[in-house]
Amino acid sequence: MSQKVLLNQKEVNIILHRLACQLIEKHTDFSNTILVGLQPRGKFLANRLKDLLQSDYNIANVQIGCLDITFYRDDFRRSNKVLKPSTNEMDCLVEGRNVVFVDDVLYTGRSIRAALTAIQAYGRPSSIELLILIDRRFSRHLPIQPDFRGRQVDAIDNEKVIVNWKETHGEDNVYLIKQ
Amino acid sequence: MSTLSVDHLLGIKYLKAEDIQLIFETADHFKEIINRSIKKVPSLRDITIANLFFENSTRTKLSFEIAQKRLSADVINFSASQSSVKKGETLIDTVNNILSMKVDMVVMRHPKPGAAAFLQQHVDARIINAGDGAHEHPTQALLDTYSIREKFGTVKGKNVVIVGDILHSRVALSNIFALQLLGAQVMVCGPKSLIPKYIHELGVIVETDLRKALQWCDVANMLRVQNERMEVSHFPSVREYTQQYGLTKELLDSIGKEIIIMHPGPINRGVEITSEVADSKQAIILDQVENGVAIRMAVTYLLASKIES
Repeated sequence: MSQKVLLNQKEVNIILHRLACQLIEKHTDFSNTILVGLQPRGKFLANRLKDLLQSDYNIANVQIGCLDITFYRDDFRRSNKVLKPSTNEMDCLVEGRNVVFVDDVLYTGRSIRAALTAIQAYGRPSSIELLILIDRRFSRHLPIQPDFRGRQVDAIDNEKVIVNWKETHGEDNVYLIKQ
Repeated sequence: MSTLSVDHLLGIKYLKAEDIQLIFETADHFKEIINRSIKKVPSLRDITIANLFFENSTRTKLSFEIAQKRLSADVINFSASQSSVKKGETLIDTVNNILSMKVDMVVMRHPKPGAAAFLQQHVDARIINAGDGAHEHPTQALLDTYSIREKFGTVKGKNVVIVGDILHSRVALSNIFALQLLGAQVMVCGPKSLIPKYIHELGVIVETDLRKALQWCDVANMLRVQNERMEVSHFPSVREYTQQYGLTKELLDSIGKEIIIMHPGPINRGVEITSEVADSKQAIILDQVENGVAIRMAVTYLLASKIES
């Protein structure tokens, strides 16, 4: 097994600022926007963006939610991995709102498909966009593409992209692991 | 632990404490889901479940059915009273005929103890025991202990008394197993004629005085007198039973501490519990019903995840 650093702490930081600016360009004051982190790993990115928008760009009250998609996945009974749910933290309805799904890695697109179904339990959003830190292109199973992307990566199937966050690993970085 | 150690839910005695914890944690997620405006998830959309009820049931049958529908499973219902069982068909023949219609899971209630275990040995489907005679009623015990956990944060170290007809109760036996697995102390209380002779061998305290039992406990689980399972009378009259083992507001107020009152239903108001107590803040009877759906969703989901696609 070998690993390669795709993004170091400085690069992650630059990308987070760029993504925050792109969000501002589209959503201005975020009054009708809600960032929805996809559990379990999108939560960290969504929280980071919220903090950044508040601290560096003076946008207060960015609404944020965390959506668990476990019970909406299409690989129930098909995967050897046991699907373990995380908590839903959706304190508000998304009816008529602009939703931005936030996740760390976009791979097959199946999680996003599940999220598109799961979000319906909280209302009919006016629009849904997708923000991704790492986009593994050429690996999609479904016609799903991000609206905001941090970095595009070409990775083959036996490679894995791992995103580490300061909150859990003490440092922000992204690795490509060859198995 | 992320998967159950068993492939069927035949009784609490086959479970480990970790299994119950996993069921509780999964039920927590489902409880959040059933309190949303859209209460349904698509997890089990390719699973078909047969509910076979060879004995009358209202709550359990409805609760299972609603749990299965919230998980998007296809559900078929069968009641023995309206079936070919009356024409002399055997249990295995009935079930195999139903399984030929490509059913993945069977939820069964049957008047004979051991019916679910017997079925599991002879048919190829996941089995959930929804009550087998006076033997076990595992999902009831899971929802009872889940309700205690919800109220106190933990079941460990709590004193729980099960009051009433222990002899004919499957709820009592499953509750004893579940409470002990989770670290609670269990007492049974009732007239001697309704307490099985060797029950102390299960490690439970036996008490015949309801007042003493209430003073000892944190939770009192009041059981119904199961007249339909009694071949002979086990006490002189309902009036006398009520005088000694009926839970009244006066008795509850006189013990000098606040305890939680549970009842698996159906309630015989004015017999084992008065309306005043059943409808009081101390009673969590309707919480138990709500938790029943979350628990049955969790059990169904966890067992369904073991079905090969």
